Amino acid sequence: MNVLTLSQLQFAATCMFHWIFVPLTLGLSVMTAVMETRYVRTGDETWLRMTKFWGKLFLINFALGVVTGITMEFQFGLNWAEYSRYVGDIFGAPLAIEATLAFFMESVFIGVWIFGWQKVSKKVHAASIWLAAIGTNLSALWILLANAWMQKPVGFVIRNGRAEMNDFLALVTNPYGWIKFSHALLSGYALAAFVIMGVSAWHLLRKNETDFFIRSFKMAAVWGLVASLGVALSGDFHAVEIAKVQPTKFAAMESVWETKKNAGMSLLLIPDAKNERNSVETLTIPGMLSFLAFKDTAGEVKGLKDFPKELRPPVTPTFLSFRLMVGLGTFMILASLAGVFLSRKENFVDNRPYLLLMTIAIPAPYLAQQFGWLVAELGRQPWIVYGVLKTSDAVSKSITTTQVAVSLIGFTVLYGVLGAIDFFLLAKYAKKGPDSDLSHIINAQGRG
Amino acid sequence: MDASVFQIIWFVLWGVLWAVYFMLDGFVLGTGFLSTFLAQDDTEKRVLINAVGPVWDGNEVWLLTAGGATFAAFPTTYALMFSNLYSALILLLFSLIVRGVSFEFRGKLDNAVWRGAWDKAILVSSFLPALLFGVAFGNIFKGIPMRNDFAAINFTYEGSLIGLLNPYGLITGVLFVLLFAVHGALYISLKTTGDLSSRAAGLTNKAWPALLAVAVAFLGYTYPATKLYDNFLKTPILLIIPLIAVASLVLVKVFAAKGQNGTAFTFSCLTIVFVVFTGVTGLFPNLIPSSLDPASNLTIYNSSSSPLTLKIMTVVALIFVPIVISYKIWVYRIFREPVTGKDVLASPEAY
Ligand code: HDD
Ligand code: HEM
Ligand code: HEM
Repeated sequence: MNVLTLSQLQFAATCMFHWIFVPLTLGLSVMTAVMETRYVRTGDETWLRMTKFWGKLFLINFALGVVTGITMEFQFGLNWAEYSRYVGDIFGAPLAIEATLAFFMESVFIGVWIFGWQKVSKKVHAASIWLAAIGTNLSALWILLANAWMQKPVGFVIRNGRAEMNDFLALVTNPYGWIKFSHALLSGYALAAFVIMGVSAWHLLRKNETDFFIRSFKMAAVWGLVASLGVALSGDFHAVEIAKVQPTKFAAMESVWETKKNAGMSLLLIPDAKNERNSVETLTIPGMLSFLAFKDTAGEVKGLKDFPKELRPPVTPTFLSFRLMVGLGTFMILASLAGVFLSRKENFVDNRPYLLLMTIAIPAPYLAQQFGWLVAELGRQPWIVYGVLKTSDAVSKSITTTQVAVSLIGFTVLYGVLGAIDFFLLAKYAKKGPDSDLSHIINAQGRG
Repeated sequence: MDASVFQIIWFVLWGVLWAVYFMLDGFVLGTGFLSTFLAQDDTEKRVLINAVGPVWDGNEVWLLTAGGATFAAFPTTYALMFSNLYSALILLLFSLIVRGVSFEFRGKLDNAVWRGAWDKAILVSSFLPALLFGVAFGNIFKGIPMRNDFAAINFTYEGSLIGLLNPYGLITGVLFVLLFAVHGALYISLKTTGDLSSRAAGLTNKAWPALLAVAVAFLGYTYPATKLYDNFLKTPILLIIPLIAVASLVLVKVFAAKGQNGTAFTFSCLTIVFVVFTGVTGLFPNLIPSSLDPASNLTIYNSSSSPLTLKIMTVVALIFVPIVISYKIWVYRIFREPVTGKDVLASPEAY
């Protein structure tokens, strides 16, 4: 393996690892803030206990989100020096803005929230989790605008041997970025809702703290349903935008080889990339694909054969990832819809099959998240900046295979160990259930 | 305004971001590696971790901002600094990762083996960054072995990890460790009470002579090892910067000896800031000199972003950095009381 392949592996591994923790942070920070706000408004101690219990899981998860994020900030220079030099003029700005605008806010107010229970008033305390939540969500905006620029480069000219910014507004208003932001944010909310539903279901199966967990479940089911619907909707916008700006990715997502008008969508399809065809292609809904992409059944979908082989992304993994993401998304809509209705029934805790299903469904949104990034990033290959810079031209020149091999092994071991510990702690505290005695907080903050 | 004005503004901001980062994370790193020697039982360990708990992440973000600002304002420097110093920076990264989780994880299980393991992790992962940052900056002051042809866009690096461990790099590393040790000990003396606080104050007084000796050696060795003094000799008024650094260092001892640790801590902040300013002023207009050939130096002129990017970044910094500073001051005020063993034991939220 060479420096390029190893760097790609390392980048993918560290990104995907960061992304295990990020979506839960995005969703759970906001949901915890809502819980604490309800406590402040109503004085109902169950909301406080919910804030504390779900907030604890949020913090254990947050720790790894933060430390894996540091890696991300520095990898562009470490492994992708040519990339950084070539596009830093325009790509560096959102990253620096993210740090100044979002990371400070998030990290400072998380500190107030963790340590401030007995130091600041109830309202200030609730405000601090809101500010931290807004910080995390803002950080997502800026980093996704940066990533969207790689998908659909705007607002630059090639000058002085590099891409220079000539229109900041175009970068900030890049429609690709805002679609990405809504899709990723909503998918984070959906994931957090499924985690809350799953953990609650686990406790309800054991009839632990039923009031507490039914209330949590009800809240999460509504969030989950609304967010999953939003994910599907923004995902559809995503696909439309991709059909417009990245025809090779779109063709790979759907495994379309021949350009055709009135393209249909096959529910069952197996790509055969070697022979540039699909070995199975049945249950086709006529005109559906053209309609999805162009909102017009007569629209022309470009096939992969229209592009030279070296400009095509890896078809089978892109296709499979996309199908799996959409499949899981459909499942999430149905499962949360069922949850909204079932959790209102008297005998909800006796619905063991559904509660069991929701417990084992916790990994579903996590998998969908990872598949989503695989679609986005694999589908963009061989470009690192679509149409502007190839990944193979972006890698650092002064690093050696040994150096990257060693660092890749280091990351694998370190992340493996830390990930295992984090999951162990999450599981431990999730199973332990909420604390019953919160008098130290209630006494310090005052009652009612 | 002339484009080069913005290049100079960003050079200054670049120096300020690093200085503030070292001033703020310096006491967290110092507290981290001193905790092994100062704390005598689990409660004292927790007091120390909780003394930095509410602020460590916010302090580390100055590093992310310094990194992000280098990327946005001087992309070529960002690219070459990180890729050329790859192995050292990966090691630094691993340390920072371990340190961050240690604080969070240590208290999550009530088990002596578990806590003991995280204590070792905190020691190593706080000590290494202090040393490595020093070594890295020593080498930057000295210049790194790179050949850069900006017209042909051809950059090569002729150094190695072992090559960074030269005497000047090492002495800068030791200087950073001692600066952060004194800084951390003063912070601990302020943020704790009773016996622990007096032990920390005692440590300050003991470590200070060593710091002074290394600082003098560093300033002396800088003359033959680097070109940092050229700017000061050309514009002697600038000598005020290293003089403030030295004066602050002396005042640290003066006030620490009198037991006025708050004032001593202020001067140790100034010492760190002005040590960094001394280095950065000496570098100007280079960001990273080449040790092979001056034409290969990375300067604010040949490695900066376009004027538009610099202008936008200036506006962003002017608006948001003051906001950040004001809420950070507010948070330091909320947590200004020293942390006691009683607090830690009474609040399950603590680390
Ligand atoms: C800000 C930019 C950015 C962001 C937020 C992400 N990526 Fe990415 N990704 C890149 C920028 C990038 C890149 C710099 O463009 C890479 C590096 C090498 C490459 O081929 O593209 C890349 C490659 C890359 C690859 C390898 C593709 C290949 O080698 O063929 C995978 C699998 C991912 N990424 C996955 C992810 C995941 C799971 C992310 C979720 C956090 C993610 N990326 C976030
Ligand atoms: C290559 C791209 C990325 C970089 C450089 C990056 C950088 C970072 C850094 C440095 C941190 C730690 C901040 C701290 O110390 O408080 C962090 C955390 C975080 N990042 Fe990323 N990140 C990237 C990808 C993403 C993406 C794509 C998102 C969201 C859409 C995201 C969302 C977050 C959030 C919410 C946090 C808060 C902590 C947590 O994750 O639990 N990041 N990131
Ligand atoms: C239900 C139907 C869904 C559709 C039609 C859809 C569509 C898409 C598309 C087209 C992309 C590629 C974006 C690009 O290339 O830039 C994408 C990316 C992504 N998807 Fe989905 N998606 C769906 C469901 C989900 C679900 C359920 C999740 C997770 C819970 C999810 C998480 C993601 C993530 C994290 C990305 C990468 C970030 C981004 O590009 O926005 N998606 N999705």
